[in-house]
Amino acid sequence: MTDTTGPIIAADGTPLKRKLAQAMFRSRARAFGLVFPLLAFIIAAFIIPIIMLLWQGFYDDRYATLMPESTAAVSEWDGTSQPTEEIAAAMVADLVVARSNKTIGQVATRVNRELSGTRSLFTKTARSAAKMEPPYMQALIDKDAKWSDIRTWQAVKISAKIYNPGYIAAALDFKYNADGSFSRQAEERRIHVKLFLRTLEISFIVTVACLLLGYPVAFLLSTLPVRTSNLLLILVLLPFWTSLLVRTTAWIAMLQGQGVMNDLFVVFGLATDDDRFSLIYNKTGTLIAMTHILLPFMILPLYSVMKTIPPTYVRAAKSMGATNWTAFWRVYFPQSVPGIGAGALLVFILAIGYYITPALVGGQDGQMISNIIDFHMRKSLNWNLAAALGLVLLVFVLFLFWLYDRIVGIDNMKLG
Amino acid sequence: MKFTKTVLATSILALSAGVASADSITVVSWGGAYTKSQVEAYHKPWMAATGNSVVSEDYNGGLAEVKSQVEAGNVTWDLVDVEMSDAVRGCDEGLLEEIDSSILPAGADGTPAMDDFIAGTVTDCAVATIVWSTIFAYDNSVLANGPTSISDFFDLEKFPGKRGMRKSPKANLEMALAADGVAAADIYDVLGTPEGVDRAFAVLDRIKDDTVWWEAGAQPPQLLADGEVVMTTAYNGRIFNAVAAEDKPFTIVWDAQNFDLDLWVIPKGAPNLEAALDFVKFSTATEQLAAQASYISYGPVRKSSAPLVGSFYNKPELDMGPQMPTAPENFATAIQSDFEFWADNQDELNERFNAWLAN
Repeated sequence: MTDTTGPIIAADGTPLKRKLAQAMFRSRARAFGLVFPLLAFIIAAFIIPIIMLLWQGFYDDRYATLMPESTAAVSEWDGTSQPTEEIAAAMVADLVVARSNKTIGQVATRVNRELSGTRSLFTKTARSAAKMEPPYMQALIDKDAKWSDIRTWQAVKISAKIYNPGYIAAALDFKYNADGSFSRQAEERRIHVKLFLRTLEISFIVTVACLLLGYPVAFLLSTLPVRTSNLLLILVLLPFWTSLLVRTTAWIAMLQGQGVMNDLFVVFGLATDDDRFSLIYNKTGTLIAMTHILLPFMILPLYSVMKTIPPTYVRAAKSMGATNWTAFWRVYFPQSVPGIGAGALLVFILAIGYYITPALVGGQDGQMISNIIDFHMRKSLNWNLAAALGLVLLVFVLFLFWLYDRIVGIDNMKLG
Repeated sequence: MKFTKTVLATSILALSAGVASADSITVVSWGGAYTKSQVEAYHKPWMAATGNSVVSEDYNGGLAEVKSQVEAGNVTWDLVDVEMSDAVRGCDEGLLEEIDSSILPAGADGTPAMDDFIAGTVTDCAVATIVWSTIFAYDNSVLANGPTSISDFFDLEKFPGKRGMRKSPKANLEMALAADGVAAADIYDVLGTPEGVDRAFAVLDRIKDDTVWWEAGAQPPQLLADGEVVMTTAYNGRIFNAVAAEDKPFTIVWDAQNFDLDLWVIPKGAPNLEAALDFVKFSTATEQLAAQASYISYGPVRKSSAPLVGSFYNKPELDMGPQMPTAPENFATAIQSDFEFWADNQDELNERFNAWLAN
């Protein structure tokens, strides 16, 4: 027996504290081992590709890699004075190499993004670059007068920047200039800010519409006897399980000029045969179809939260003299707020990235920012701009998420 | 993925043609009536002749898939049917294999291949098969006295009702200028100036609020059939197919038609390069090009094919000659789509078009 105040020792002589830490470590390692496959999968298949893609929003080394000499030359140049003979000589040397490596097309495509018409200028000049003799500036101008235009060289200077703020600027309707300044994009080419705002507007309206339509349904589902409510729940889940494309196409059949809804309007005298409502291929169509498609995402969280609200509370409130409205508003509603929070956030974030439905039924004024991102991914192949737009959208959503957390509180949200 | 996959045939015939082993190549095209015409005229005879098989996939145009396959180093497509501007751009960007034009066979009448193909239809990386055209069409059961010129298309007072147009500045801007009185030969000179672009958009403004925008080639005949629009731009073969195969009451207006080419290209690193080249050689021969023209009204690019073009495959009384974009009576005011102009200006014009649409 000892009366020492030293650490408590376990049976095998090691301090109990360390023993406990070991046991905790083992169980933590086991838990980590269980989630590791999923974690590795998410990192490899989700997080890394996203970072790599977003990286392209401000990183573009295509010109600098393929045209190293002229990249070095224009980086010395201030972007406003007359380009020097050295710059021209470096350009000709690069063009010769790019032509023989067959990379001239990539270079030309890159510069053409900054100034229309430079694509053919580069491919054409490269064809005869090998035969050019000093003075090179004059040789270039003799080949095509566009080489005497300072805007051509400014486009080269912008393209040569590896860390290029131009794409993010373009995503916000600004233009990055060769001297490092930013200016507003020409009026007729401004589109992105407008579309970001419209995306926000459509998402907000869809969220509110889903809430107004979904709340009574969820309330009804949660108060009915289980047998009836399960049957009704199937009616909510059935469209939820149906393909998005099928549902969108069904709305086209319903809403188009010669569609079911318009036929009914004509029958009931609300519209004439020559003057039918335009319910689709515009913003109205986008709103209707998206509200319908996203409705289950509102109803299900609401329903699962409402299921857990004991009916006794409302009865207690009424027994103490509350009117129906007061009992609902002061007792029931606050308890359903976590469901509203979850549903609204789910619907809003899904809506902000929607693109198939607006693409099919949106016409011209029902398009959203994701449709432009899709356009740059698939049609114009300007992945850098697509990445920049995606980056802006991501930052924006994270900001909204933060705002939501500050106002409503992210803990105050329940999916069931 | 949206494409549908059709395994056409896996049957292997006797390996008598001297082919050591049977290959399977993946050929990608635009789907619908157009792919059907290629299957009948190219795939089936080629499979019979070589014992190889063809897997046919559909896509919606553009270079995005080719680009991602080549850049990921995982190419699964052997042959893709593309538009001229994509063929040039893909070649410039190093996404496509070069095709040696000396492998192309001489015409059936003995003309050397390079004299037999219409000028400009064989490029470094691509061999054309057909001439197709963007035209506009209307439903003659709705409009008895239908439009006859391109300016009617942009005239809402003369012909009230919705219009359909492809959601792209290409062809639309050209048609708008033609409707404003610019001659076919001057279209791209005018469009090359800022004032010309303003002018074209001003014409489009006339019908902007009454336009339904389509993206896939199958949409415009559907829009017409549904009565959703009274007239729409469309690819001529799709309208022809709706008339010939489905007896729709549509009429094509050929004024200011925009013609373009469809070409075979091979993505860089295609898994079955040799077989793909053999398929290109086979399918662009005089007989095959002429055979395709009996399934769809797209014009063969070989001069020697023209005399062999017959009638629609299941309607002997329907002569295909006058249905072609290249038929003299259709061709008077035709505009050749200028791929160089579009390769240079598409970034800017797409941006402006998108902004114009959204405003």
